[in-house]
Amino acid sequence: MAIKIRAKAKDGVTTVKTLMSHPMETGLRKNSKTGEKIPANHITEVTAAHNGNVIMTANWGGAISKNPYLSFKFKGAAAGDKITITWVDNMGQGDSAEAAIK
Amino acid sequence: MNLLRRKFLKTATYVGATASAIGAGVLIPQRVLGAYNAAAFAAKDVNGAISASMGNDQHTASDAIKLKAPDIAENGAVVPITVSSSMSNVEAISIIASANPSPLTSSYQLSPACETFVSTRIKMVKTSNVIAVLKADGKLYSASKEVKVTIGGCGG
Repeated sequence: MAIKIRAKAKDGVTTVKTLMSHPMETGLRKNSKTGEKIPANHITEVTAAHNGNVIMTANWGGAISKNPYLSFKFKGAAAGDKITITWVDNMGQGDSAEAAIK
Repeated sequence: MNLLRRKFLKTATYVGATASAIGAGVLIPQRVLGAYNAAAFAAKDVNGAISASMGNDQHTASDAIKLKAPDIAENGAVVPITVSSSMSNVEAISIIASANPSPLTSSYQLSPACETFVSTRIKMVKTSNVIAVLKADGKLYSASKEVKVTIGGCGG
């Protein structure tokens, strides 16, 4: 799956852990055979929403590791509510996934 | 330099980066989420990165910030970082790797519902300081930790 989400509510706080599939190329790495730089190809924005309302946004550069991991916590949600994670990258690609809080 | 990239760089500003990116034909509109702070990631020094991502670079060290990072990172391409704090009204967090070519690794905008907690994995080019900067009630607070890197993470 391109985006994995695990969201768990406990004592009023929901912890969300998400893993996204993405090469996260910085644009600085060189192709070892041709010597040419591999173009920057990384997620630039991530948005997290709870039942459709944006609760957190992230701006990322190429220095976030490949297949990026992100975890954050928030209040005011309950098991069964929906968490949506959406990302866009500098190439204009994007993806989105939804999961229910457990 | 690629003409499209040149046009994009020429028109990109703090607020208008996304709008100019659409105008330059670099980003597909339906995929755009918000304002990407390209200037902050273009900053080559720590103070420039803090200033561009937070609005100014006047920060005070705070014990209330817990910056969790390994003492030694075996693999500079994957360094786990967790920033948390008991401070209230934190609206933004920036994570900086001081020796990276582009020191700002990421910045987070938290809604009031969010706890002050973010965890991710970053690349570090070499042994250097990881600095977490938090914005609360218009003021900036920071915590810093040196992380030793055995194998650099920029792959260059």
